[in-house]
Amino acid sequence: MPKLTVNGVTHTVDADPDMPLLWVLRDRLDATGTKYGCGIAQCGACTVHLDGQPVRSCQTKVGDVGTAQVTTIEGVSGRVAEAVQAAWRKLDVVQCGYCQSGQIMSAIGLLSGNAKPSDSDIDGAMDGNICRCGTYQRIRAAIHEAARTLA
Amino acid sequence: MLNARRPNAAPVRPSRRGLLAGAGAIVVAFRLDAKPARAAAGPDLASVKAQPNAFVRIAPDDTVTVIIKHLDMGQGNTTGLATILADELGAAWSQVRTEFAPADATLYNNSLMGPIQGTGGSTAVANSWFQLRKAGAAAREMLMAEAAFRWKVPVSEITVADGVVRHAASGRQARFGELAASAASLPVPSEPRLKDPSEWTLIGQKVPRLDSVAKTNGSATYSLDIRRPNQVTAVVARAPRFGATVKSFDAAAARTVAGVLDVVQVPTGVAVIARDTWAAMKGREALTITWDDSTAETRSSEAILAEYRERAKGRGLTASERGDPQAALEGAAKVIEAEFTFPYLAHAAMEPLNATIERAPDGGYDVYAGFQFQTVEQATMAAILGVTPDRVRLHSNWAGGSFGRRATPTADYLAEAATVLKAAGEKAPIHLVWTREDDMAGGYYRPTVLHKVRAGIDAKGAVVGWDHVMVGKSIMIGSPFEAMIVKNGIDSTTVEGASDTPYALPAYRFGVHNGREGVPVLWWRSVGHTHTAHVMEVMIDELAHAADVDPVAYRLSLLTQAPRLAAVLKLAADKAGWAAKAQNKPQEKGRGLGVAVHESFGSYVAMVADVTAQEAGIRVNRIVAAVDVGVPVNPDVIRAQVEGAVGFALSAVLRNRITLKDGQVQEHNFDAYEPTRMSEMPKVEVHIVPSQAAPTGIGEPGVPVLAPAIANAVFSATGQRLRALPLDLTGVKGA
Repeated sequence: MPKLTVNGVTHTVDADPDMPLLWVLRDRLDATGTKYGCGIAQCGACTVHLDGQPVRSCQTKVGDVGTAQVTTIEGVSGRVAEAVQAAWRKLDVVQCGYCQSGQIMSAIGLLSGNAKPSDSDIDGAMDGNICRCGTYQRIRAAIHEAARTLA
Repeated sequence: MLNARRPNAAPVRPSRRGLLAGAGAIVVAFRLDAKPARAAAGPDLASVKAQPNAFVRIAPDDTVTVIIKHLDMGQGNTTGLATILADELGAAWSQVRTEFAPADATLYNNSLMGPIQGTGGSTAVANSWFQLRKAGAAAREMLMAEAAFRWKVPVSEITVADGVVRHAASGRQARFGELAASAASLPVPSEPRLKDPSEWTLIGQKVPRLDSVAKTNGSATYSLDIRRPNQVTAVVARAPRFGATVKSFDAAAARTVAGVLDVVQVPTGVAVIARDTWAAMKGREALTITWDDSTAETRSSEAILAEYRERAKGRGLTASERGDPQAALEGAAKVIEAEFTFPYLAHAAMEPLNATIERAPDGGYDVYAGFQFQTVEQATMAAILGVTPDRVRLHSNWAGGSFGRRATPTADYLAEAATVLKAAGEKAPIHLVWTREDDMAGGYYRPTVLHKVRAGIDAKGAVVGWDHVMVGKSIMIGSPFEAMIVKNGIDSTTVEGASDTPYALPAYRFGVHNGREGVPVLWWRSVGHTHTAHVMEVMIDELAHAADVDPVAYRLSLLTQAPRLAAVLKLAADKAGWAAKAQNKPQEKGRGLGVAVHESFGSYVAMVADVTAQEAGIRVNRIVAAVDVGVPVNPDVIRAQVEGAVGFALSAVLRNRITLKDGQVQEHNFDAYEPTRMSEMPKVEVHIVPSQAAPTGIGEPGVPVLAPAIANAVFSATGQRLRALPLDLTGVKGA
């Protein structure tokens, strides 16, 4: 049975290795902060980090995770994560909020590798994350705000 | 039950039953006549009774919990409703919490919908404004009375601010939590003094959204996140054509899929019940089902539109008529004849439809979902389960969007959840999940619509006549709301925004044919205005250009009796630099400005779009919006809703459509029905008109003006009129 390390805790997961990480997180580990939106890597709502890199958990087979550290919205931490979450709150980015776990995980990924992203960097890193409420203007502003606080 | 003690009378200790402190309920029932959800014509909201016990609870730890009777699907009404009550109460924002109300048609009905608890028509703040102010003010007066009693001072010397009750002369003060339990047993003032707007400390200010923290750390619970002990997950295989039924099915292979627990037939199809979502989906793939299409809609969307085009040659039912437009058009100097078409649209909220339902040990049922029509949904499920509605307890959650989809008169997905529970023997809690594909191909679309307009001007450019016919399927006909809304065959939600146009058109007729296709249709964020505003605002723009008059000035000349619309139009034009840019034509090649203005749900919105139309497509650079929603309760939430309306509606302007081929929906996921993405989002500026009029809503009114503002800008950029949505630049010269 696959072993899976999520937010620093190792679990033995009784699941088919083909089962997407998304459903293992949500239905086996009850870590429901990571969202199901499309199941085909079109919306980014399921974004988590594997060893710090954003991936779509709906297209990541649990059997392929191996020893990589899985980080979800519930466990994300550190200076960048705190800056991003604080910016999201300061600017009241959220509306329905359903996509925002994925948006935040993508934004943390972006800022972890690029301390001062341009608008086109933001387009590139965030275009895979759909927000049906259309909060993009505030997401963009919050990423710039987080970058300022991190500088 | 109420203690008759007056605030400054002899100190008799009241009993300690406490509503403000948490238990029981002094229920003052009220019921208002059902009227269409339009504030101006609606019931007398100001006469609502003060009901602090229904709407606020103050705990010993000083937290103030505001009870939210509406669904918050992202529009921020939780923050807005709490703001109203907290301000009148005198609470500090930091002590405010919220809790979703249970279903109760008497206590928590929508005052603008009659005896129904529901959210829609941008009514949450509008219908609650006096109700929550009175509740907050009554609770404040009860706290003041308790303090006056304790301190033996006149209540007139007591003040309340920032969550503290004070007597300045003696220097005494108390926190709400210290007073609430005792205050709760005081009489509820029937006519508490409402604050003068000059006393407001929260209303009109930016206050942090109450859901920002939970929605940024993964802790906010949506109904898809509900995990009940022993729950099992169900997905349903539904007919590929609307109206089809199961003829036969073979579940043998599905039952062998690991994790599949059961397969049952339900009225909507075949349900696969499994240990988890993944197993349920795999099990469903292994089903073999033969469908009976004898009662199904089997046409393609083009065929439906072709039927509409044919029917539009007839006059239709008269929704509105003044003068004789046909005669007037005969004498016109110029006549413009135009056809506008609109596709079906899916709501495509990020959280697909879902619900969790279980039978409780007491024989009742508990249901967890994002309820948008609580009492309708409760009654529908109760009828299926064979119990009285009070035995079906609704537990509301944050909804991951809705845009209208969660409010179905048939309670479709909740009814389905009840049928699955029943078919499965009510043994385990059923977590019903609609996949993205189920959600998108599941119907209940914004209707496809066709409009045909003939409008003419005289030699001076003035409108002389406007003859308008539309065809589209009614949302209300055949629904439980038909008797309330539909008059003489005309569904006001089909024709709203056109049959009641505020433009001073001297001769005008609006005729409507109701569509008859077997495709389930529903309100989609701003309902009839999604198409009527587009037609009216593009046609007016065409007439302005035909008259060679500036489109803003032309509209203003027709809006002399609509001052609030005229004001938002002027404000948006001013902030967008309309006059200067309009004079400096031609601008950059392929770039243009367009304007639109519209009233919906009692709110007034104008937008100016700055658009670049090139071969690669339409790029919206900037949107400048002006809105008048009466008192802006939460200005930042209002701005967010207008920004969001742009992001939400833009993909419908540019590309979204649901199409049927031989009755089968062709778009199943975000690859074929792609919402707006980050790189496409224009800069949006929102200007709010200061107002002391009773507040109206803003969840929907930002949507209707976007498409016509963009279409008019495309005309300005290219000289070509695009009348069909989504806008298609193919073959447009100048692009």
